[in-house]
Formats: sequence, structure tokens, C-alpha cells
Amino acid sequence: MADILKRNKALSVNPLKASQPVGGSLATLGFNRAMPMLHGSQGCTAFAKVFFVRHFREPIPLQSTAMDQGSSVMGADENVREGIRTIAEKSNPALITILTTGLAETQGCDVQRNVREFREANPEFANIAVVGVNTPDFTGSVETGFAVTLTEIIRAVVPDAKDAGTYPGKRKRQVNVLVNYMLTPGDLEALRDIFDQFQLRPVFVPDLSDSLDGCLTDGDFSPVTIGGTSMSEMATLGDALATVVIGPSLAKAAEVLEKKTGVPTYALDHLYGLKANDELMCALTQISGREVPERIERQRSQLQDAMLDTHFMLGQLRIAIAADADLLNAFVDLVQEMGAEVVAAVTSCNVPLLAGIPVDSIKIGDLEDMELIGKVNKVQLVIGNSHAVDTAQRLGAPILRAGFPLYDIIGGYQKTWIGYRGTRQTLFDLANLVINYSHEEIPVYHSVYGQKPASELAGLTDHAPSCH
Amino acid sequence: MKSTKDIAELLDEPACEHNKKEKSGCAKPKPGASAGGCAFDGAQIALLPIADVAHIVHGPIACAGSSWDNRGTRSSGADLYRIGMTTDLTEQDVVMGRSEKRLFHAIKQAIETYSPPAVFIYNTCVPALVGDDINAVCKSAQERWGVPVVPIDSAGFYGTKNLGNRIAGDAMVKHVIGTRDPDPLPQISAHSGIKVHDVNLVGEYNIAGEFWHVLPLFDELGLRILCTLSGDARFREVQTMHKAEVNMMVCSKAMLNVARKLEQQYGIPWFEGSYYGITDTSQALRNFARVLNDPDLTERTEALILREETRIRKELEPWKARLKGKRVLLFTGGVKSWSVISALQDLGMVVVATGTKKSTEEDKARIRELMGEDTVMIEDGSPKALLKIVHDYKADILIAGGRNMYTALKAKVPFLDINQEREFGYEGYQGMLELVRQLALTIESPVWEAVRAPAPWKKKASSRVRNSLPDLLPEVANG
Repeated sequence: MADILKRNKALSVNPLKASQPVGGSLATLGFNRAMPMLHGSQGCTAFAKVFFVRHFREPIPLQSTAMDQGSSVMGADENVREGIRTIAEKSNPALITILTTGLAETQGCDVQRNVREFREANPEFANIAVVGVNTPDFTGSVETGFAVTLTEIIRAVVPDAKDAGTYPGKRKRQVNVLVNYMLTPGDLEALRDIFDQFQLRPVFVPDLSDSLDGCLTDGDFSPVTIGGTSMSEMATLGDALATVVIGPSLAKAAEVLEKKTGVPTYALDHLYGLKANDELMCALTQISGREVPERIERQRSQLQDAMLDTHFMLGQLRIAIAADADLLNAFVDLVQEMGAEVVAAVTSCNVPLLAGIPVDSIKIGDLEDMELIGKVNKVQLVIGNSHAVDTAQRLGAPILRAGFPLYDIIGGYQKTWIGYRGTRQTLFDLANLVINYSHEEIPVYHSVYGQKPASELAGLTDHAPSCH
Repeated sequence: MKSTKDIAELLDEPACEHNKKEKSGCAKPKPGASAGGCAFDGAQIALLPIADVAHIVHGPIACAGSSWDNRGTRSSGADLYRIGMTTDLTEQDVVMGRSEKRLFHAIKQAIETYSPPAVFIYNTCVPALVGDDINAVCKSAQERWGVPVVPIDSAGFYGTKNLGNRIAGDAMVKHVIGTRDPDPLPQISAHSGIKVHDVNLVGEYNIAGEFWHVLPLFDELGLRILCTLSGDARFREVQTMHKAEVNMMVCSKAMLNVARKLEQQYGIPWFEGSYYGITDTSQALRNFARVLNDPDLTERTEALILREETRIRKELEPWKARLKGKRVLLFTGGVKSWSVISALQDLGMVVVATGTKKSTEEDKARIRELMGEDTVMIEDGSPKALLKIVHDYKADILIAGGRNMYTALKAKVPFLDINQEREFGYEGYQGMLELVRQLALTIESPVWEAVRAPAPWKKKASSRVRNSLPDLLPEVANG
């Protein structure tokens, strides 16, 4: 439905996009005792690390194959093998991913071959899952990097049903939940709670709520992740009742999993808003054979009440959204459900989902594009990451921070957006942002015949109507 | 792409005393066990604070996408440096060899949209590898649009951050410095009756605006700073650096090549110093007077130092009592290793160990001078090694870069951020007050006890198991 407006300028100004290796790292960080290693120069890893540290406010395990001038020109196969070996020896990981960068891909690397060579030369590390993924930063975004890495991890570590003897429903309460990059640790906790109420046991793949949720442990320091989906759980995915997939970007990962295991897939685009969560509840009702619990029904009617309360502020509100496709799609649904208008939609790269998003046009571009379109269309509220704060300020509109990275607020990584409850809070947040922005206030009129005291009229011209 | 010879030349810094010895900062990184940035990182850090320039990162998205708008440096006016710009190269650009063309048009776009006084182009790994001739693109863009376009060939794989700093400095010397003469002195200085001297600072980044603690003292002494490379700098200031009477290298050796080349080409003497701590701040001011050899300036400088030191020592007195004897592990990644030591010693704190991974031999010599021959120098900056030293030497606080913050916090160790992303300014006499406030804030915080103690029921449970489990049983039976 949407017109896709392709990039038409040479320079990207105030980039919205973060790279595929960043997305691949994020996916890896949701597995237990995992270590992502970027195949590139040291800076690739250093920048990605700072990116995550600022967002999560946590130490982030992330390594580098440290390509230098020699290996960049002559070949870096040995860097990959040595890197894997070093991590295996030093950190006792369960999973290592090797994520390629633009540098390695331009040079012509073959990480899958490198992984095989490592396997042959180092049988002593056979118990460590090692997965090579092509994630060059000259294509795709966080979303695609996350999705392709998850797909490759599933391909590598989930056993085929016929080899492992798994069959759907062997574990009567287990549901696999493939979750995309937009679900925060807070979202996953809320989602776990919902599954619990249906007497289901979710296995999140990956599970950032167990690895990057800001938990303080007794141990001092771990070189690898200290939580997340474990490799042993990955081996049980074939025994689950069903697989719930959240996010269109994970379609391929879901397909691979279903093909391997035969476990039926329930695909949901996102969990923002009334309709999306109704779909989730219907799916869980089907999977569990139970009715929707009373507590959840109560939360649903609380959300309906909040929709009534906030539609005054959000109806016809002109909103700009800058986000990767899955997240853009989710916010468009959420705000349209409230009667708001998306007048500027900007995303980082072209994916099939975009064409189906119900807005007039979507710009593949950067935050400067959002600013320009937003200015023309008189945007009243911006939804975007921390980089968009300055943009929103220049547009004279408040901003709801969402996506990656969020570095200028505390606890952004933990915010719960999903479910009836999360949606209700999001609506309150949105409404509170605009409640005092009276752009269209009627200007004061002073009658020429008025008898107001003279002191009130002095300096009248200086008083612009306040935004707050 | 820079040739191996070019890189070797940049690594060879004759002004560095221990140049002949292998420099620890240039050690080959180990795959799977490395930390730290790349040459592009270093070049960008060194020049991004030049606030009115359009800084274009030529490469695919990872280089700029994860790093733009990520610096603590402050500008007093222009803010173009906060606009992230990148050619965001696509696969098509790389495969079809269109990246040079895209760069050329990107420069045009930046000039047309923002009318900057200059454009800086940072070359990164991918275009360096495919062989983009950024020098040629910059040259023809400059001719075409009449705006200086400066190539900074800083592909990440060339080497470390430290090398990137040098590449950046080298580009300034080669393309910018010496292209304009300074403005005439402002009217106001004629009235004061003192002789004004022109000076430069190299390697000062105005993190969190901290140099503004010091700048008023320069005005008072009649020292005109033609340019700080690069905190709160403008392109037109960098152009005039060749006319200074003296250069001060602030805190680090990273851009030593700038000072050395300005000495060779323009005969400008230079000295090294820092504005962290009372002693070093006073010493830096004295050195200006000494090198400028102006007796009147010397006299006024001494008077100013006396006044400022007396004032600040009095204000610090109550804080010193609180911090005296506290033990510090300093891990700064080298840049400020020795300068911060003196600031901490001024406060009566004990520095138990310091990081020297990226320090030059000369930095290390200075550390030994300050802390004695037995001082612990940390080469292994892995989180595990750092925490071990914190425990072994009973440090009360870890002072390090933001990257290590969560290593410390997870281990429940007090922490102070000292690197470029920080929010607080510690330079000059006045900066010491902020430093002590931040130190006390974390060291004395009640949260350490709260997070270190086990939950009350766990305490009780374990003591019950040990002492009173038998007593419990009859109780349960009776109940």
C-alpha cells in the first residue's frame, strides 16, 4: 500500500541506520555463555561495543578478529581461526558467532570455510557451537543482521527431528517464541508472565531478558553472557507444542525452524495495541486449549478505558516515525488504532514488509529526511531513537524514544511496550507528551474598545503563546 | 590506501624519546582477545571537535552509524560537528566501483546544505581496500566548489587509535595549518597595556566544556590561544596555528607529530603539560611564561598562580579530609595516565596502579617519576585483570574509561569515568572541585553497602542453618 521512496541523495545525514553486525551481535547476546566476534578491524567491535554499553548500561561481551593492514590485503583466514581458538580457550563459551563486516566481505572472506577448518583442526572444542554469518554493513540494518544471525544459529544448533527423535508436543507446555530485536528485556518478562497465565512455558529465542536485563549477580565478572537461551534448550525446540514468531523479519528463521522440527508456527507481526494482543491471546487459547484468564481480560478492559481517555490527545495527531521496518509497522498500527496520522515514515533499508504498511509513503533514508518531511507535514510528535532528539527539537515537537540506541535516558532498554498493560502505558506516555503542547491555541484577541487596565496591554507583542 | 611505508613513517616519531624501542601502543592486536578502537576512531576523535566543519565519514554504515553524536566535547557556538554525515556505501557502490562518485556528490550536498568553511573526509576500511583515491576526489571537489576539502586517510585496519590521532594531526599540518594568518588583535587588548602572546594547545578536547575552567586565566595573562587542536576549535583557527610563539602538548603524545612538524617548519617551540590537578595547571602556566621569556608575564603568572592556588586549596580543604588515603586504581588507556596521577596526589589519594597499555615510553618514565620505580603498570586491560588488581591492592575506586564502567559496577566497585564520553569537566583549578565532588559522590555512596550485603532472609536462613536449626524443629512440632 505504501509508496517506497528510495534514497536519492549521496550523503546520509544524521543516520537512522545501525549496521548488520550490530544486529547480529544483539541476537547472539540473547544466548547463554555466548560471544559474538566481528570479523573486521578492531574499530568495528569497539564502536559496536560502545553502542550497546550506552544502550543497556551493562558490560557487553564482544570480540574482534582484529584485521590489520597485512591481513586486510593478504587474507584473514588465520585471524578467524585464531580468534575462535582464543575465545574457546579463554572464555569457555557455549556459542561463538563470527559476524562479517564490510571490510571482511570486501576482501572476500569465507567464514563458513574458516569454521570448518577450525572444526577439523580443533576437535577438542567440538562441544562449542560456532556459527559463521554474513552480515556486511554495506547492506541491511540492525533488523536484517539480527534476523539472519538468528536463522543461522537455528540452522546450526537445532537438531533435525528425525535425527534427534524430537516430535511436536512431546513437551506439553513448551512453546518456542522467536522474538525480533524490538522486544526489550522488559517486554520479554511481561510476555513470560502472559504465557504463564495460560499454563504455558515459553522458551524465548533469543532471550535478552535473561542476559541483558540489568541483573546484579554474585559473580564478579564473566567474559561471556551470563544468561539467555541455553544451547541445551535449543536442542528441545523440536519437542514444543508450537512456535510463536514475533516480527515479520523473522519469517525465514521461523521457516527453518519449522522445517527442522515440524513444530507448527503461529506468526504475529508485533504486540503493540489492542488488535495485535487480541491475536496473541487467540493464538495462546488455541495452543493451550484454555480460556483467556480473567486477569488478562481485566487488563484488556483497562486498555480499552485508556484508549477512551487518550483518544482526545492522540486523535488526528500528526506523527513522524523513524525506525527499522518491524518497529515502524508496529507503531503505525498502534497509533492508527488511536486515530492518529502517520505523516512521516522513515526507515533504514528496503524490506518486503514495507510495501504492506498502511501509510501513503515510506522514505528509505535518515533523520534528515524525517526532519524535512516532518517540517512540510507539520509533525506534532516524533517517535524515534535517542539520535532523533535533536531532530524533534528542531521540529518543535515532543519525542517518544523507541528503538536503538537509547542512550540519553535511564532504563530505556527495560521499558515494557507490549501486552495490554504495556500498550496502556505507551498510550499514557504518548498522551502526556502532547497534553501540554497547545500548538493550535486560539490567539488572544484584544478589543480596541476593551476596558482592561493599561498595564495588561503593555508588552503584549512580546508574548508568544507558550508551548508548555 | 596508505602504503605500508606511509604508516611506518607515521609510527616513527623522532620527537618521542624512546622511539627506537618497540612502542607498546603499536603492538599487534590478537584476534579473539583484543580491545580498543581503530585508526578511524582515533582520527575522528582528534578532529571532530572542530565544530564548524562538515565531517563526512566515507564508508558503509558501521563506521558512522554506531559512533556519530557520541562525543563529550563542547562547542561555544557552531554545532555542525554534531550532525552525523556518511556516504553510507551500499553493496552496489562497492561492487560497481561507484563509491568515489558518491563521495564527490556527498561533498557537494554537504556544501550546498550547510555552507561549511571546510569539509573533512574520513576514509575507512572498505573504500581504502577497493582503492578509492580520496585525495583526488577531495582535490577536484575543492577546485569545483571553492571550499577546502581535506582528506583524512584513516582506514581502521591501518592500526590503533593512537595512529589515527597522528594521521589526523598529519592531515592538519599538510592541508590546513598555514593557510591563513591570524586576525589582528581585538581593540580591547590595546587598552590593557600588556603584551599579548599567541599560543596553541594541541590535544585538548574541551570534554564537557572543561577547558572553559582554564580559558579565563589565559585571557587574564594576555595569552591569545590561536587554536586548540581541537576542542571548541573552528576551521579558521586551525589555519593560523603556524603563527604561534609556543605550542603546548596537552596530556598526551598522540599528536606529537603536529608539535614536531610545527617546530621543524615554523620554528615554534613546544612543551608538554596538563591541566589536571593544581600542580600541573600551575606548571603549565609557568612553562608558557618560561618559553615566551617575558619577565612581565612571568611576574603576573606567579601572582595569578599564588592567588588561584590559595583560593582553591582553601575550597578543597573539607573534601581532602574525606578523600585522603583513599586508594585508586587508574586505568585510562594511556592518554591521561600521568596527568591524572598528579591531580589525585594533590588530593592526598594513593594511586596503587595505573594502566599503560597505550602509553608511550616517555609517559611511562613520567609515571615512574611521579609514583616511584615500583609502581604497578597494567598492560593487560581485560576486565578480569582489572578486577583482580582492584581486589589485590584493595583499591577504593576504579578510575577508567566509560567502557569499563559496567565492569566495575557489576563487581560492586566504585567508579569514575575519565574518558571522552564523560559528562563532567575536571580541568584547571576549578575543575578540581568537580573532581572531588564526583570522587566523594561515588566512594561515599550508601549504595555500595546496599548492593554488597545479602538479602536479609538469606542472612537469617544461613545463620539458622548453622546455629539454630535444631531449636527450630521443636518449635515447628509445637506449632
